[in-house]
Amino acid sequence: MGDHTLMKALLVCEYRQGKLLESTYELLAFAERLAAEKVMLLIGSESEAPNFSGKVYLADAGKYGEYNPDLHKRLVLDIVQKEHPDYIVLLHSSFGWDLAPRVAAALKASQVSEIVGVVDGRFEVPSCNAKMRRLLAPKTAQAVLTIQSGAFSYQGEARGTPQLERVDLAGITPLVEFIGYEAAEKKAVDLAKAEVVVSAGRGIGKKENVETITALARALGGELGATRPVVDSGWVEHTRQVGSSGQIVAPRLYVACGISGAIQHIAGMKKSDFIVAINKDKDAPIGEVANVLVVADVMQFVPALTARLKK
Amino acid sequence: MKMLVCIKQVPDMESRFRVNSEGVWYDEQDLAFRMNEYDEYAVEQAIRIKEQMGGAADITILSIGPDRVVEAIKKGLAMGGDRGVHIKDEHLYQKDPWQVASVIATFARDKNFDLVLTGLQSQDRGSAQVGVTVAELLGYACATTLVGFDLSGNVVTARRELEGGMRGIVKFNLPAVVTCQLGLNTPRYPTLPNIMKARQKELLSFPVTDFLSVESATTTERMYPPEKKGRGLVLEGDINETADKLVAILKEKTTVLR
Repeated sequence: MGDHTLMKALLVCEYRQGKLLESTYELLAFAERLAAEKVMLLIGSESEAPNFSGKVYLADAGKYGEYNPDLHKRLVLDIVQKEHPDYIVLLHSSFGWDLAPRVAAALKASQVSEIVGVVDGRFEVPSCNAKMRRLLAPKTAQAVLTIQSGAFSYQGEARGTPQLERVDLAGITPLVEFIGYEAAEKKAVDLAKAEVVVSAGRGIGKKENVETITALARALGGELGATRPVVDSGWVEHTRQVGSSGQIVAPRLYVACGISGAIQHIAGMKKSDFIVAINKDKDAPIGEVANVLVVADVMQFVPALTARLKK
Repeated sequence: MKMLVCIKQVPDMESRFRVNSEGVWYDEQDLAFRMNEYDEYAVEQAIRIKEQMGGAADITILSIGPDRVVEAIKKGLAMGGDRGVHIKDEHLYQKDPWQVASVIATFARDKNFDLVLTGLQSQDRGSAQVGVTVAELLGYACATTLVGFDLSGNVVTARRELEGGMRGIVKFNLPAVVTCQLGLNTPRYPTLPNIMKARQKELLSFPVTDFLSVESATTTERMYPPEKKGRGLVLEGDINETADKLVAILKEKTTVLR
């Protein structure tokens, strides 16, 4: 494992539709938090190599293309053999949570998912819809780690020119074939442009109550948003979903009505200038990002608030 | 067409959680348990495939855990599963995803399932590892985070949900493992006659020791509530007074009420 005190981390870049994703730099921030030696793998194009003064293994996108689990697994394993990293690190994303367990299974290594913190070399992860945390310790010499998007942010602008080393593997027959992308549904409403967004969560109870939340949005001159469960239940149309799989918003005022605060939702609204949450549960995770938490029955409180705003 | 649907029973996420006496998991007392939400989509998808094949398919619903998980298995049977498998384990919470996946793969290995379906992740542990690891252990094709599924002959064309609402289309042959994302379909509610019928369905039970042969790869050192950091103002009490206070705060701190 090289130096006995210095850990080594292999960081697997994210690349989609010909572009390096910005989130790649969160991997660098995490490795710095671990004070680990860093080496990167980019399955992409040379022109998109990350700004990083160190070794970057490059597998050509022309050949390996967009994300293919079997090919990407083999490429990661190839670099693991060359570099013997202590940690293999990916983002906890549709890419990372798909690829990481494949690598971990091949290495018979521990995997820790969705890391939000590091405490004495142990990894902190959320559980129970972010209401709890757990501290995990890998038992194997190597470990595969995925980090929560946004949990480790890179300070400043990344600089540096990587030392590229090309990798090429022959003779892999992938089990899964990538066909192409399908664009997101057209947005009927661009929530990102709204000054005020008032969102409904499952805590509003039923579809008929959406109108009450819409009335508050109107009284504030804003737009209606919703959480994923509300959208999946068909209470509000898909195009109004706020969160990592919907729209990312940062309005002047965000009002979360009956929203407990799943990570995916918080990722979509935490950058709002001012956040008000209305929830009957004082301990709901949404309280962590709210400037004001109103502990009340949302269907009683919202009409009272709307009535005052109309005056 | 033989299908295996792996489901977990989890607490209602609206619950208040307390740490257990070992300090590594939540205390189950006073919690209401239900089928993991993501797994409901997996059960529903299996039933739709069976319907598409005119009933020429067989669905096994598997769950690991203490006796309470039989309730979740029965719900799966009432939705349309054919047979239940309960792998009894009083200490499931002490197993890591590697062990859970290994138990499932060992159970499934000699049974020639064409398709294994499960949720993207559990709502309590949320590692999103088990389904993929089962596929790797069985040598099956695997696609995760599905919001679209189309089976034609032996070929699956599936839509994976990516970030920002974009989708990735993938194609693979059976046998395969798929993990289901919320919104893949609309899970049905079991009807009363189907709940009655489910009681007559086969329910097999095995001790977890029949299938467990690996050590855990990861140790949970402790569980704890998140640190309350940077918490804002908390308003409680009379609705009307609270609403007045909130309006005053919005006038002072934001520009939206001018």
